[in-house]
Amino acid sequence: MIELEDAAYGYGTEPLLSEIGLRLAPGSFHFLTGPSGAGKTTFLRLCYADLLPTGGSVRLFEQEAKAMSRDDIAKARQRIGVVHQDCQFLDHLPVAENIALPLTVSGRKTGQEAANLEELIGWVGLRARADALPPELSGGERQRAALARAVIMDPDVILADEPTGNVDWEMSLRLLTLLVELNKMGKTVLIATHDLALIRAAKAQVSARVLRIGGGRIHLAGADL
Amino acid sequence: MNVVSRFLRFVQGDSQADRVVPPTGYSARLTVFTAGAMAFLAVFAMALSLAADRLADRWSDALARTSTIRISAPLAELEAQTWAVLTVLEQTSGVDSARALTDDEQRALLEPWFGPDLPVADLPIPRLVEVVETAEGYDAEGLRQRLAAEAPGAVLDDHTRWRRPLVEAANGLRLLGWVAIALILASTAAMITLAAGSALAANQGVIKVLRLVGARDNYIARAFVRRFTLRALSGAAAGTVAGMIAVALLPRAGDEQAFLTGLGFSGLHWLWPLTVPVLAAVTAFWATRIAAFRTLGGLR
Repeated sequence: MIELEDAAYGYGTEPLLSEIGLRLAPGSFHFLTGPSGAGKTTFLRLCYADLLPTGGSVRLFEQEAKAMSRDDIAKARQRIGVVHQDCQFLDHLPVAENIALPLTVSGRKTGQEAANLEELIGWVGLRARADALPPELSGGERQRAALARAVIMDPDVILADEPTGNVDWEMSLRLLTLLVELNKMGKTVLIATHDLALIRAAKAQVSARVLRIGGGRIHLAGADL
Repeated sequence: MNVVSRFLRFVQGDSQADRVVPPTGYSARLTVFTAGAMAFLAVFAMALSLAADRLADRWSDALARTSTIRISAPLAELEAQTWAVLTVLEQTSGVDSARALTDDEQRALLEPWFGPDLPVADLPIPRLVEVVETAEGYDAEGLRQRLAAEAPGAVLDDHTRWRRPLVEAANGLRLLGWVAIALILASTAAMITLAAGSALAANQGVIKVLRLVGARDNYIARAFVRRFTLRALSGAAAGTVAGMIAVALLPRAGDEQAFLTGLGFSGLHWLWPLTVPVLAAVTAFWATRIAAFRTLGGLR
């Protein structure tokens, strides 16, 4: 799926990440934790080729990211659902159209897909808000809409960057449950979060591997989690 | 898929794909207005060019097939030399017809300068003989030599010295018209490139989201290209119609040699301005496409 081998990335001369080796196996569930500024978001961006490594290699679905054309990357992203902390939407389109955006851009919006969209909107509890514009949504609603958009293409991998950053604990658990459900459907899930309580809550539901990022490296977290 | 069906698909568009880029009222109105103004000017440049073309053809035709013999002689010999010239011309191959202008005709020619009551008969004015050539034409040098022998006061003017600068001027004017059209198209392309670049820059957030969800550059570019092409087409169509109406309303005079009053289209030339909106649309298509791919190439 997604493999990093001795990967490095730096914004200037100083490397932010180095010697990163990780393989996201199909159906696995990973947490990535660490303090703010440690490089969690940068790591995630490497995983969907929003950034290219300055050293080592990142492979998406058997393809070397650095050798991929922009069209190849676009194709790979149709297999990767991304949920950002700031949940970027097209603010001029209603929520339903934003959720359906991956289908629209890939030309797959058929009758069956439209039915799936209805079901998905119901699954994330946004049926009553389907016609609202993104700026009218609460933080939790935005996170759920972003999650729905991330999974509408039935991706192989879901990458979530602080998906519970702007929501209360109850909503965090609800989002976590959705992600666990997706993992049980066979999706590979990687969640970057600094919320250790969320990780503990997840471990009760799913067998998750917890990685800690710090000092530019990634380590397997200890039993304290 | 053939070109026509691709074109029809492009015009028909994808209503959902069109919606992914937010409407931008200001740049839309600016593009439509500029395309309209440019099309209006292009119609005039085309009218100028085609009028110059007709004028060059007319001058070239009219002057190429006629020449004049001017006979300057004392009044007592004028009649005899005129007959001698006409006799020579009758015997010259390549001359279709020849005739001496009457006093009335000569008076009419001089009237713009000397007024209507000029006593032509009492003035030492040269007699003019109008010569019309056959399609093959005559040997001007041979005719000059024979005239010199038979009528020493006769001078052949085959209009070459008049014709060349006039035709060159008309051709220059025609070229100027086409250069103006090329410049108008180039300006349209530059303006649309700027507007498209500005729209792309203003929509970087939209582009980022589209890329995040797996949109290809071609898809993103198409949303902008179609929008700008249709704006340019509609603006240019309106400008062309306005230009054609303005040209049709230009005053006409009976004298078809008059250049200013001959500015316009005639016959099938009225179809030429219809190419302006098409050219504007094609220009907008390529200008936006190149600008879009250049901008997208610069964004990761």
